[in-house]
Amino acid sequence: MIKFEHVSKVYPNGTRGLDDVDLTITDGEFVSVIGLSGAGKSTFLRSINRLNEISEGNIVVDGVSITKAGKKQLREIRRHIGLISQSFNLVKRSTVQKNVLSGRLGYYSTWKSIFGLFTKEDYERTKQALESVGLLDKLHSRSDELSGGQQQRVSIARTLVQQADIILADEPVASLDPITSQKILQDLRKINQEMGKTVIVNIHSVEMAKAFSDRILAFKSGKVVFDGTPKQLDETELARIYGKNPAMNQDQDASEDDGEESR
Amino acid sequence: MKLKDTVHFEWYKHLLIVFLLAVCIFGSAVVTDADFSEVFSNLDQVGIFLGRLMHPDFSYLPKLLDPMAKTLKMSVVGTVLGVIVAVPVAFLGTTVVTRNLVVTTVMRFIMDIVRTIPNLLLAALLVAVIGIGEATGVLTIAIFTFGMVSQLIYETIETIDYGPIEAAESVGANKVQIAFWSIAPQVLSQIVSYTFYAFEVNVRASTVLGYVGAGGIGVILNSSLALLQYERVSLVILMILVVVAIVDGLSEAIRRRLV
Amino acid sequence: MMRQAGSFRRLAIGLVAAAVIVYCIAGIDFSGLAGFSPEMGMEVIRGLMKPRWSFVYDGSGEDLLSLLVLTLGIAFLGTAIATVLALPITLLSASNLWKSYPWVAKIGKFICNVLRAFPELVYAIIFVKVVGPGPFAGVMAIGVHQIGMLGKLYTEELEAMGEDSAEAMRAVGAGFWQTLFFARVPQLMPIYSSLSLNHFEIAVRSASTLGLVGAGGIGAPLIFAIQSRNWDKVSIILLGVVVMVFVMDLLTGMIRKKLR
Repeated sequence: MIKFEHVSKVYPNGTRGLDDVDLTITDGEFVSVIGLSGAGKSTFLRSINRLNEISEGNIVVDGVSITKAGKKQLREIRRHIGLISQSFNLVKRSTVQKNVLSGRLGYYSTWKSIFGLFTKEDYERTKQALESVGLLDKLHSRSDELSGGQQQRVSIARTLVQQADIILADEPVASLDPITSQKILQDLRKINQEMGKTVIVNIHSVEMAKAFSDRILAFKSGKVVFDGTPKQLDETELARIYGKNPAMNQDQDASEDDGEESR
Repeated sequence: MKLKDTVHFEWYKHLLIVFLLAVCIFGSAVVTDADFSEVFSNLDQVGIFLGRLMHPDFSYLPKLLDPMAKTLKMSVVGTVLGVIVAVPVAFLGTTVVTRNLVVTTVMRFIMDIVRTIPNLLLAALLVAVIGIGEATGVLTIAIFTFGMVSQLIYETIETIDYGPIEAAESVGANKVQIAFWSIAPQVLSQIVSYTFYAFEVNVRASTVLGYVGAGGIGVILNSSLALLQYERVSLVILMILVVVAIVDGLSEAIRRRLV
Repeated sequence: MMRQAGSFRRLAIGLVAAAVIVYCIAGIDFSGLAGFSPEMGMEVIRGLMKPRWSFVYDGSGEDLLSLLVLTLGIAFLGTAIATVLALPITLLSASNLWKSYPWVAKIGKFICNVLRAFPELVYAIIFVKVVGPGPFAGVMAIGVHQIGMLGKLYTEELEAMGEDSAEAMRAVGAGFWQTLFFARVPQLMPIYSSLSLNHFEIAVRSASTLGLVGAGGIGAPLIFAIQSRNWDKVSIILLGVVVMVFVMDLLTGMIRKKLR
């Protein structure tokens, strides 16, 4: 369970990334987060595992405050939160196997991991995770030899070996073609339904958000302006979120996405 | 679990690289009589040396200004000369311009050979052939610049956009026209940028050229060292540092404006 | 109008540049060239045309081959030392590793700049004093000088690399060293090797000049040969140096291509 208690984030230049966000996400939910570029989607997602620090309020993940966590505690909480992002965030020169195994780093001491002394179980987990995303044959391939969709699946596999209960996906399909995007979201939905993991996805496409999620959150200048089921998200709501012309939001350019926010 | 299933599946490759490196390092240490304990046991020598260097003799400064200016002038002239020769050779060395394998091979061979001669050796050789003097220094810098810049220009030309060349060809331009109208505009700012880069490198290098008698501030460095006047050596080094820093800053500023 | 203003500016820049060049040419004493006579030049060329092949190998340890091997050894060990010592300095001076303490990175960069500032020849002179004349002084000179060079280049690469894979590591709960070894090292290894190889090439050139101040290598015999006008010996040594540098550049070029 993730609880936001009156969370605000003000950037040094004065812009409000998040403005008094107060909500709860229960276990096993598939939540989509929509809104214009710069509306605070990325800040919201990245504050959950504290890649972004917040300025006010408190975020509680599974009963522990991540806002107040010390270094060691933070590491422990982060082990349970997987992150998938638009740029896949793989180490491109490392093999697929090493990239997936790196999901276990939070469980190893520095020395053991540097010398690559991973346990047999973790090698098994890696194989299973790759099998479930259909990439077992790429075990020893270098990650930069894979296509975009395949790379994104490797990063999904990484969150699987991490055994994360929560998966954060920051624009996971923004740099993929429509068909691959569908498949990646189907994979995430499958993981959500079969393994009961909480999935939170930032996404530009309202259509896909409606098709895959249990719940949709919409942000506008850091505020939550919509929180409900896909059915409740009708034309009038969309107009409220995106301004006058709801048709325009579909082809938002992903590349100029919340860039300065995520830093 | 077998090793080939783990992240160490290429262990033999890594082991081989480590082994080769170890052999090379050990071999080098043997042929060079490396003895690192010597460095530490003689650290007091470094201390004494640095101690004397710490007290530069500033009263000597006015006598340094002239040789320093000479060094800068030598670098300017040498760099310009070198670039002037380098440009046509680099153009002829590229297949785009000449379309003649013999010419390109000969030109590239010249470029490669000139590049391999270390500049201090070049200076020593020229001093022996021409005699001691500033002109020798200029010539050394020019040849050195030629080696450095011709290679850079050559590589730039090889990677330019071929569109304008094809366009010029299709309207019946000859090779010289193509070089002037289609290639030169694309690489001009690069050439100017390389010239400043070469100037930077040359100022650094020319400060020591005097060591073999090729004029400039290096002559003073050499004589002060020979006479064990470390207070002066220190001043010369300081001066070189300041001038190099200024030249670096200036040329970087100019280059940034160009590119 | 804009165009005219631009071309006027260009003309002005050209004039200034020409003035500077003319001023510099006027300031140089070309009288040294007067001492040059065609006969002397011919003598040199004749000597250079017949290299003394007997010097290539005579088993004395003072022949060309042993000296070239020694020169390579100096260059290799110097670069190896510099590579190893540049790594900790890089960790110190990369500002993206010290986000909360930017002053640490400034100190690291300052160390690099100071080390880099002295010409190699000056280091060679210092180390000839410290460890005595010989190849080891050359090793140390190259090593210390290149720590600064490599440290600066390594730092630039580390700072330029994308933070996204490092962020992914942090997100799974990896610590500082784990992030370093899993995200940064694999990404930087080929570039760093390539830079070190490149500096090995540079070191081969410097190692053949450091003999001038007694720091070993092929430089000293070359200078003696030039000063005593033994042109046949100069010729064979120069030939040896050029071939060595050429072959080394080819070899490192091949290795570098494989690294990609």
